[in-house]
Formats: sequence, C-alpha cells, structure tokens
Amino acid sequence: MAKTQEIQAPAHKIKLSTSSKVFYVICYAIVLLVAIICLIPFLLLISGSFTSEQWIRFNGLGLIPGEFSTEAYSIIFKTPMRIVRAYGVSFLITGVGTVLGLFITTLTAYVISRKDFKYRNALSFFFYFTTLFNGGMVSTYIYYIQYLHLKDSFWALILPGMFNVFYLLIMRTFVAAVPFALIESAKLDGAGEWRIFFQIVLPLLKSGLATIGLFLALGYWNDWYNAMLYMNTETKYPLQYMLYAIQQQTQALAQIASQAGIQVQNLPSTSLKLAMAVVATGPIVILYPFVQKYFIAGITVGSVKG
Amino acid sequence: MRFFKDFAEEFKAHKALFAMAAPAFFLVLIMQYLPMSGLVLAFKNFRYDMGVFRSPWNGLNNFKFLFSSGTGWLITKNTILYNLLNLITSQLLAVIVAIFITEIHAKYFKKVTQSVILLPYFISWVVVGVFVYNLFNYESGIVNSIMKAIGHEPINMYGIPAAWPFIICAFNAWKWTGYNSVIYIAAITGVDGEIHEAASIDGATIFQRIRYITLPSIRPTLVTMILLQVGRILRGDFEMFYQIVGMNGQLYNATDVIDTYVFRSLVTNPDIGMTAAATFYQSVLCFLIIMVVNAVVKRIDEDYALF
Repeated sequence: MAKTQEIQAPAHKIKLSTSSKVFYVICYAIVLLVAIICLIPFLLLISGSFTSEQWIRFNGLGLIPGEFSTEAYSIIFKTPMRIVRAYGVSFLITGVGTVLGLFITTLTAYVISRKDFKYRNALSFFFYFTTLFNGGMVSTYIYYIQYLHLKDSFWALILPGMFNVFYLLIMRTFVAAVPFALIESAKLDGAGEWRIFFQIVLPLLKSGLATIGLFLALGYWNDWYNAMLYMNTETKYPLQYMLYAIQQQTQALAQIASQAGIQVQNLPSTSLKLAMAVVATGPIVILYPFVQKYFIAGITVGSVKG
Repeated sequence: MRFFKDFAEEFKAHKALFAMAAPAFFLVLIMQYLPMSGLVLAFKNFRYDMGVFRSPWNGLNNFKFLFSSGTGWLITKNTILYNLLNLITSQLLAVIVAIFITEIHAKYFKKVTQSVILLPYFISWVVVGVFVYNLFNYESGIVNSIMKAIGHEPINMYGIPAAWPFIICAFNAWKWTGYNSVIYIAAITGVDGEIHEAASIDGATIFQRIRYITLPSIRPTLVTMILLQVGRILRGDFEMFYQIVGMNGQLYNATDVIDTYVFRSLVTNPDIGMTAAATFYQSVLCFLIIMVVNAVVKRIDEDYALF
C-alpha cells in the first residue's frame, strides 16, 4: 500500500533547460508555501497558549509569544477534572465505537465479497443508497429522540458513526485481495463459515483493519456534532464538545475560575482557551506521524471506484 | 412468490453469511432508513405530543412559508454558490499540489511537506473554529495585532459579511487540499514511471510531460470528484459553517446555508414545519440531481459514471 507514496520520478540525466529550472524553483516554493500555510494556525495556537494575558490584552496574539507565560497551563493542571473526564468520555466512545464498527464493517465487507452469495449486489446497493438519499437532520433528530430515546445516552455518540459506506468499500477492497480458493479449500476441509472468517480471512486483513480502525477512531475522536445535538449533561461531554463549550465561555470559564480560586476577571481567558485547544489536539498531532501511512493507504484505496 | 422461494433456499445455504451481514443491515435500517419516513413531516403540522405520524397534514403550506419568506431562496443560493466556490478552489489547489509534489525529487522535503499539508484533515472543526476566531476577532485577533503593529486601524471582520465567503473558502481549502491531493497523487503515480522516462529521453520538456502524461492520468479522478461534489451541491458542510460562523446573526445573509438554517430552526423554533420542508426539499432535490447527472454521464461515457 505504501508504494503510492514512493513516486517514481523520471531519471534526469539530460541537462535541465532554463525553463525547467524555473519550473522546479516555483514548484518547491509553492509546495513549501502551502505547507507553511497549513502550519500557521497551529503556531498561532501554541504561541497564544504560552503568551501572558496581559500582553494579549494590549498587543493581541502573535506567531511567537510576546511575553512568555505558562499560567494557562498551570490553571488547567490545577483543575484537571473537567479535561480528564472529557478525555475519559472520548476514550470510551472511541474505543467502543471503533471496536464495534470495525467488527460489523469487516463482517459485512466479507459477505459482499463472497462471489457465491446471491444477494451481494442487492446488499451493497442497500448500503450505497444511504449516500444518495437520507432523511435529513430534522426527521433523524426527532426519530432518534422520540423513538430511539437516545437523548443524553452514550449510544447517541456511538451508533451514528459506527458504520459508513466509504469504510465498507475500502474494506471490501482489502477483502478482495484474499484468494477465494483459500476459502473454498477451507470449506472442503470442513471448516464452518465463522471459523473461516476468524481463522483464515481475518488474519490476512491486518492492514485493512488498521486503516479502517484509524478512520473510525478519528471520526469518533473529532466528533462534537452528535454531542451538541443529543447530550445534555456536562459530565458526559466528549473532549471536542467540551472544548467547544469552553470556547463559548459563559459559565464554563466562571466555574474554572472558582475552582482555581481566581477572580473571573483575572482569569487568563484567551490563553486558557488556546491552551485547552492544544491539550485537546495534542494526542492527534503526536500520533499523526505513526498513523499517517494507513490514512494515505485508505484514501488511495477509497478513491478507486468500487 | 419465486423471490421468497429463492430467498429461503439462499438462506438455508448461507445462514452464517446472513448472520454476519445482519448487524450492519439492521443498524443501517434503524439508523438511516427508518428516519426517512420522517420526511413526511414536511407536509404536516408537527406536534411533539402527537408524534410524527399522528400530527395533522397541512399540504404544501410549509413550503409556501419557506419560500415566500425569502429564506428558502437565500439559503439555496448560498448553499449552491459556496459548494461551487469550494469545489473549484479546493480541487484546483489539490491538483496543483499533487502535480508539484510528484515532480519533487528531494525525498525528505517531499515527505515532510506532504505530511504537513495532510495534517489539517486530522483536526476537528472545533479547533478550526478556534483558529478562525483567534485570527479575526477584534480585540486580540492576530490580523488586528498586525494591523496595530503597522499603525493601521483594527478591522472588525465580524461586521463585514462580504469577507466571509473568502474566509470560509480558504479554510475549506486549508482542511481538504491535503486529503484531495493524496487521491490525485495516487492517480498520477499510477502511471508507469518508464513512460515519463521515455518521454524525457525523446526530448519532452517537463511542461509537455505534465500536459500529455500527468494531466490525462488524473482526468478520471477529477471527473469522479466533481460528480461526487455535484451530488452534494445542496448540502452545506454543517460542521464547517457552524464552527466558522457560529450563531452570528450579522453574517447570516452571506453565510447561511440550508444545513445551518435547519439546525438553528430546530433548536430555537418550536414550529418544525418549515424546517422539515427545507430538509425534504434538500434530500429529494439532491437525489434527483445525482440521478440525472449520473444518467447523463453514463450516456456520454460509461466509464465515468458513478454507479
């Protein structure tokens, strides 16, 4: 899968013409510029979180801290309950959702890849149709609340993101790489369907499982929308929604101030908000270099029409 | 009858496969298909105490209110224009970045820049909302720090609706360029490296190679991406609009799309009729558009059709 990253550049034994040289200069410059633009918001975030509130109030934010201060972080670590709890909720949702989602996605991908299964196309269409047509926000919201009673339930955060047609199609591509002859010969040897799936197919899907597992986990980790629609209790907020609530200030900041024993007006509110965003985003940025290749593989596979 | 007989036979032969597909089947049935029945709300006068199905009908009144108030047209226009703008800018940027990255030979430079450009895809919209606010807010935003530093009056961006289409478009591109360029890079590198080599030996310049080898190699991908986006032309990216603009009444005329309007009405307005009409109209029209476009594409060139 990783071979897509290795771009086979043509060997340039022929001397470069001037126009080609100009092209390469522009090429490197533009790519570098785009990369820098992609990084600037992160710099702003980190620098702001380390700037003293005094400085922000008079001079505004900058790309390097005008006056270095770790006050925002010390307040966060003085009253860590809120963020620890939100981390806990996010871990729970991500863990349960990813495992369940991975399980049903892989099973289904296996079924629709089985060439001897008569309804494989009908079943694929059943799933694909949901990308073409859906009930819309209003009816879904009312239905989830009135008929499924998902209000304030963790299932409201888990169920909506558990299954996705895009992941199913990617997984199907991975399953298709398992030779059908392997399955047939196992059958002839008397293995049952479940045994074939768990002992023969599943061990061959490691990179597929890693790819889809990471996509699912990222989706859950970054979800705040379902929490906004369905969660009422603050202690049940996942990380991203907790972050959103803090950015909207009002009560959340006042609570932090009283817990930390500071007057609300003395609270370094801007740098505190930025520090919260850093703490909430940190894990993703740290893990990113290690998981990136799986996402690139998944995006590449997903872009090939199934 | 024949169907049931076949089904019973298949079920007997592949009981285990049916059981394997069952969890996803029922999940999608319950979470996606059953809510579709709620689309009838568009033709009803919804009352919470009576539920979806026992609320009284009221014909096309919801649609009349939606469009006679002007809101329907405004949000439809905004949704379509934003989607077109975002489609053009983000795909164009992605294609350019993909072509340039594949032409870069310095391995390390290439790896690092590609990683950095893909990074925004991993960041939640909440954090993007934090970025936007801290770039543009009047008191401490970085844009205004720069303005002050160069002796210019600070600008109140949140009071200038005309600026927001550009801001939204820029952040959409910021978030998606890396992701889309991965897709194009895959298409470009799908071409055998020897073709490029042969072309340069035969004297093709770099521009000719891009024009006659690289660009044709991404055409199918480009068409697919455009088709997918056209199928969503009436769907606004709620998470993006909501986090960038929020509940900012001054900016609604310039930034309100169907999805943000629907959400706002859902949480602030007990009269759900007009909102339901908006989602009905969005769902049905989107479905028709993608069916028609796909049918047309299929007639022109079967290979490019989505399904």
